[in-house]
Amino acid sequence: MRLMIPAMVAAAAATALAIGAAPNAAKDDTAVPVAMASVNAGSFDFRLPGEYLKADWPVDAPKRKVTFRRGFEMMKYQVSLADYGACVADGACEAPDGGRFASGDVPVTGVSYRDAKAYAAWLSRETGETWRLPSDEEWAYAAAERMNDDALALSQDSANPAARWLARYRAESTIGERDAEPKPLGHFGTNSKGLADIAGNVWDWTTTCYLRAVLDDNGKITRSTENCGVRVVGGRHRGYISNFIRDGKSGGCAAGLAPDNLGIRLIRELPSLVGYVRRLLTKTVG
Amino acid sequence: MLTRREALFGTMTGAATAALLTAVAATPANAAQPPLADIGKLPRERVTLVKPPFVHAHQQVATGGPKIVEFQLTVKEQPMVIDDDGTTMQAMTYNGSIPAPMMVVHEGDYVELTLINPETNEMPHNIDCHAATGALGGAALTEVNPGEQATLRFKATRAGTFVYHCAPAGMIPWHVVAGMSGTIMVLPRDGLKDENGKPLRYDRIFYIGENEFYIPRDENGKYKSYASLGESYDDTLKVMRGLIPTHVVFNGKVGALTGDNALEANVGETVLFVHAQANRDTRPHLIGGHGDHVWELGKFNDPPAKNLETWFIRGGSAGAALYTFRQPGIYAYVNHNLIEAAELGATAHIMVEGEWDNDLMAQVSAPSPIATL
Repeated sequence: MRLMIPAMVAAAAATALAIGAAPNAAKDDTAVPVAMASVNAGSFDFRLPGEYLKADWPVDAPKRKVTFRRGFEMMKYQVSLADYGACVADGACEAPDGGRFASGDVPVTGVSYRDAKAYAAWLSRETGETWRLPSDEEWAYAAAERMNDDALALSQDSANPAARWLARYRAESTIGERDAEPKPLGHFGTNSKGLADIAGNVWDWTTTCYLRAVLDDNGKITRSTENCGVRVVGGRHRGYISNFIRDGKSGGCAAGLAPDNLGIRLIRELPSLVGYVRRLLTKTVG
Repeated sequence: MLTRREALFGTMTGAATAALLTAVAATPANAAQPPLADIGKLPRERVTLVKPPFVHAHQQVATGGPKIVEFQLTVKEQPMVIDDDGTTMQAMTYNGSIPAPMMVVHEGDYVELTLINPETNEMPHNIDCHAATGALGGAALTEVNPGEQATLRFKATRAGTFVYHCAPAGMIPWHVVAGMSGTIMVLPRDGLKDENGKPLRYDRIFYIGENEFYIPRDENGKYKSYASLGESYDDTLKVMRGLIPTHVVFNGKVGALTGDNALEANVGETVLFVHAQANRDTRPHLIGGHGDHVWELGKFNDPPAKNLETWFIRGGSAGAALYTFRQPGIYAYVNHNLIEAAELGATAHIMVEGEWDNDLMAQVSAPSPIATL
């Protein structure tokens, strides 16, 4: 694990955000770089996202071993209100719904999947780098010990569908503090891969689509339906939210528990060799 | 801004004063009917109130004759967090909870209620019990300034669920929407009965106090908080007069009865849902269940309506619905104005354990791609 900038600089960045500056947006050489965490190559056991049926009854998702042959760089902190505000000021992002919080050094909240994509596109244009949302796999790998395994591990009770509903509700009710007010960046601490605020009270959008799949007796997917109108959000518990929703709500017919808030954390594509050489040349010549 | 002095002295209108005086003058004559000496001989019971959504232990069928049941309510003016975002309201409460605790007695009992207004409070307070007869529901006999207490006795002459609330002259709606309302349930001496007079019993009571709040916002749309009640008054009144609440909640807070605070029951258990709203109409609905027997008006000597999907609670009243759970799962109990339920907070969850009844419901085929013929 290697941090691109020391914590002191991050703190300075946070202070700058509070007074309305937008470090990510600045193009000049004095810009404070975005604090990144390098997630190293490696493997992990990944609980697949989505809903799974076996013989017509819901079961836990299967696990798969996932290997990242290359590491990746992920934002250490979630995109802040001030960062996002710079995109809004540029006319490239819609104002967030979470604007009821005054200071800029909290994660932006009240943003949809579409907003998150727009921010990534804008940041890429601004910086000349490639920024994108993580997949659920990448998010889960980076979340490491803070990834909550959403398997319920119930003994198969096909006569009682309510058993899973109750177990899911209990499991999601008991994780973490019940305080949805966004906290200053870093409030929820850093995980073993150097990422701050993973599984705090702001969930991160991922690119992974909702999947419903049918498993055979060996746990192999025999049939599946993907719905990309719904994307996976990573956080205290994994959630599935329609891509235009900015504030996941529970209540009514949806008796589950919704994420407290929806926010953004991006991956910066590692530069390709060609790009690296080009930049090097530009720098040398320029 | 309203000062304590104005709150104490400045806002009582001539008409209201005259009405109060009339009410006060009328009360001793009314109260004289059963000889006071006999009331003095009645057995006494002192009840310790329980925080909602639960209710103090009580008999469903009274054993023995009428008694005097003593309750104590202490007014607590305090800031309270009313949603998950930390929005804080300068609240006024009886005993520190929104809603105020439920008091349960039987028809013919005497309620002896002591209202305490600690010196640390800013405002005068009183109590208007809809179950009581005379003196503006007792309000005219219980107006206590900070540092005072008063005790009211009234006879519970009508069976049913009744709202009680604070009603100080000139500031009634503000005190009510700031949290000062609760419920008294007067049970028939022989308990609840169906439309044929057959006894009905419950295993649990869930006491759902619904409140709507009117929280002022600043120029950025952010909810404002205030250092004191008096400072919150002017802005709050402006929002109140718009009649559009910012929050509609059960048990004082968005999410107060969901997640790890969700209610619990079992298949086969009968639950009495008592639903009170002191200020505004509402329409409870149990998603996936019903009202087996519903006293929509809350008055137990009326035959209950049966098999209701949604029932109507008039603002300023409490109603009761009896339901036996038949299927396990997560139930949502909502105000079926679903905007108020899902967007403003009026949702509770009930986790019901038990065996699934395949006869009542089965998933014939799980979701799968649309069949092609």
